Amino acid sequence: LRFELETSKLNNCLIFLPFGYAADIISTVEFNYSGELLATGDKGGRVVIFQREQESKNRLLSRGEYNVYSTFQSHEPEFDYLKSLEIEEKINKIRWLPQQNAAHFLLSANDKTIKLWKISERDKRAEGYNLKDEDGRLRDPFRITTLRVPVLMPMDLMVEASPRRIFANAHTYHINSISVNSDYETYLSADDLRINLWHLEITDRSFNIVDIKPANMEELTEVITAAECHPHQCNVFVYSSSKGTIRLCDMRAAALCDRHSKFFEEPEDPSSRSFFSEIISSISDVKFSHSGRYMMTRDYLSVKVWDLNMENRPVETYQVHEYLRSKLCSLYENDCIFDKFECCWNGSDSAIMTGSYNNFFRMFDRNTRRDITLEASRENSKPRAMLKPRKVCTGGKRKKDEISVDSLDFNKKILHTAWHPKENVIAVAATNNLYIFQDKVN
Amino acid sequence: MACCQSRRKTPPPSAVHCRSWLLLAALCNLCWRGRRSSSFTIKPGLQTLMTLAIKEHEQHERLEKLKTLFGLPVNKAKLTSQRTRLKNQNGFHLCRLGREVYTFVSTSRMSGSLLNMFSKGTKRKFSDGDEEISDESLVGARVASSYSLQRQSLLDMSLIKLQLCHMLVEPNLCRSVLIANTVRQIQEEMTHDGSWHMVAEAFCSAGQSPSERLVATEVLCRSREQDAEPKLFSVISYEGCREEEVVADETLCSVSVSDTVSNVCLAGRIGQCWEKSELSGVERDEEALEDSRLGSGEDEEIDTKDRASTESPKTIGQVFGTFEIKNGSPGPDSALEELFSDVDTSYYDLDTMLTGMQSAPKMGPYDILDSLAPSHSSPSIVSTPNCRSDLNELDHIMEIIVGS
Repeated sequence: LRFELETSKLNNCLIFLPFGYAADIISTVEFNYSGELLATGDKGGRVVIFQREQESKNRLLSRGEYNVYSTFQSHEPEFDYLKSLEIEEKINKIRWLPQQNAAHFLLSANDKTIKLWKISERDKRAEGYNLKDEDGRLRDPFRITTLRVPVLMPMDLMVEASPRRIFANAHTYHINSISVNSDYETYLSADDLRINLWHLEITDRSFNIVDIKPANMEELTEVITAAECHPHQCNVFVYSSSKGTIRLCDMRAAALCDRHSKFFEEPEDPSSRSFFSEIISSISDVKFSHSGRYMMTRDYLSVKVWDLNMENRPVETYQVHEYLRSKLCSLYENDCIFDKFECCWNGSDSAIMTGSYNNFFRMFDRNTRRDITLEASRENSKPRAMLKPRKVCTGGKRKKDEISVDSLDFNKKILHTAWHPKENVIAVAATNNLYIFQDKVN
Repeated sequence: MACCQSRRKTPPPSAVHCRSWLLLAALCNLCWRGRRSSSFTIKPGLQTLMTLAIKEHEQHERLEKLKTLFGLPVNKAKLTSQRTRLKNQNGFHLCRLGREVYTFVSTSRMSGSLLNMFSKGTKRKFSDGDEEISDESLVGARVASSYSLQRQSLLDMSLIKLQLCHMLVEPNLCRSVLIANTVRQIQEEMTHDGSWHMVAEAFCSAGQSPSERLVATEVLCRSREQDAEPKLFSVISYEGCREEEVVADETLCSVSVSDTVSNVCLAGRIGQCWEKSELSGVERDEEALEDSRLGSGEDEEIDTKDRASTESPKTIGQVFGTFEIKNGSPGPDSALEELFSDVDTSYYDLDTMLTGMQSAPKMGPYDILDSLAPSHSSPSIVSTPNCRSDLNELDHIMEIIVGS
């Protein structure tokens, strides 16, 4: 994927496929392992799955479009009677399981409960039952004179989602991450203070593998912000903290992985220290690369790529919106400084993407060290039109087409993005709209 | 309200009965929320601060009304002056330091960097409100350097954030921890500067009214000898139960403290406090629980139990001590002391802030309420923070009356 920085043209341009579906704020976006399906979870507890159409022979230049495949209500709002507090139904994370048969499986998690959903297709129906009519009424047994064998007849495709497992009551705090292990049998779920390991078949218990809750809650200064399993080594996982540290743990070492195997932290630059240093160093997302050699962390202002073999500093650092550094106090006041941005790798680990404000999202090419800022909005993009790069002007004279920092809309934030595992297709969630962009090769 | 007035002259026979009746009255009064519509032309970014200040002001007024019922001194002058200040808010940046305590910093007095910080890039009118700056804030602004002012404002903002809680949904723990760490950091720096000590001294006053002093001593008594390593925020407990409740409700609350650890004590006020803030450790030692929650008060009504946790420097007590400071203090810096007048500390407990426990049920009074007036269901779910904090105020008032 080549990014040209001239504003007038792009060699590989991105096509905008407009989507907008009813109106809840999207809280998570995830492609499945093949990229054929795209799942989104929203604040109302619903999951909407998009499926890619088969490539059409007619339109040579187009790839398949994503259309709604299935919609279901995953979580309902609950009320914790003991604490007199509501449990939000907002879906915090969706993770797909690798496909092993005709059905698809995904895990969806809200603050407290994780559910395993099976999404299956039904396109045939049995007709010709003996004991009941076509409309389902029971036939009078005395009226049956002959026996027949039911036959399967085709019917309109129906996609059913059914909850297969419900993993509940294991988290006292809010679940922020789930991650399927490479053994495809277990997965981990992380909340603010604990990480649990589950077996996909067993719902009534889980192993607690990390617990950072202090004996005296008054001493609490650090929480877990994200966790992920290694893509190839089923015994390795990482978790990030609100203090900007990442710990890599090996489950073979001990049952309770309170002691890390590796500790990643970049030493703080004393010249840029401020009261907000800790807050902006808090890591909001951690993702392993597909190769398993690197991992990427997102803090408030930057994205860092770490080599798992080097703990004392990241190998690459990309500034996402450094122009916000002087605005940290305002962002603290309006709580934007606590926004949790996610980040993602492309299929070949050569590029990374993350979101920003004003519906901007940023992509960085790791090889050429180029970056590009794009905007996900209806007004500025027509379907099938190229996206033009945006630029934020930090001070002084504002050039044409640039946006000044002060006119950024901090309510329009892109927190969730996803990249197709094999192709250059990206999904960007801008509040309650989902944008899917494809790379068009001329 | 008619009932209240008829009873004003003749005190009711038994203390408990009186108290419960009073609380009923308070609940009636407080649940009627006449909203005064205040239209101020302030910058959008400060709207939340202003709204909060106004709410607090309204609460204060109600409380003052209740106080008058019992002949307690009410600072009426302060009330009206506050009202004036609130109404002339154009161009002011409101630094809220505590309930009923406001620092008005005129934007025209702020340094350029501070302006940029708070103005979000939009220019402020220089001349607004110049002539309306009260003397106290003017002097206060001059005293502090711009950095200290900035730091102080940040501290205020952080404390406000910790107070604002979500009624029904649990607050975000990560956010609370980050804000608390920021407050810690500011406080550490201020302590090292020595500026905190000076500020705190200015506020220590001997002339506090009894009710506030009750709270003040309680909080100050939380502090132990200064540690070598200042762990400044032992008072920030994520437990979600307020110390004052323990102080005031000890006589009323029939729930034994030993129930606290159990998960299912809806009847137990403390237990419910614990569970409501899911940050609390259910598996926490009962011993430690009792220690930290009860041991800190030196109030004579509390049975002497073991003292609270070992960590807690004097500075912590001073941190929260500032929010209890009353007027009439002969502090070294008269300007600062005027800034910090009547404060209701009961509202300003960090415990509740961090866990979003503003809606913390004070089961002490509610126990009585529920038993005596079942129709006055005060569900812990839907009650407002205003009701509860004011009820706590009422507790203190009752203590005075009963005690005297």
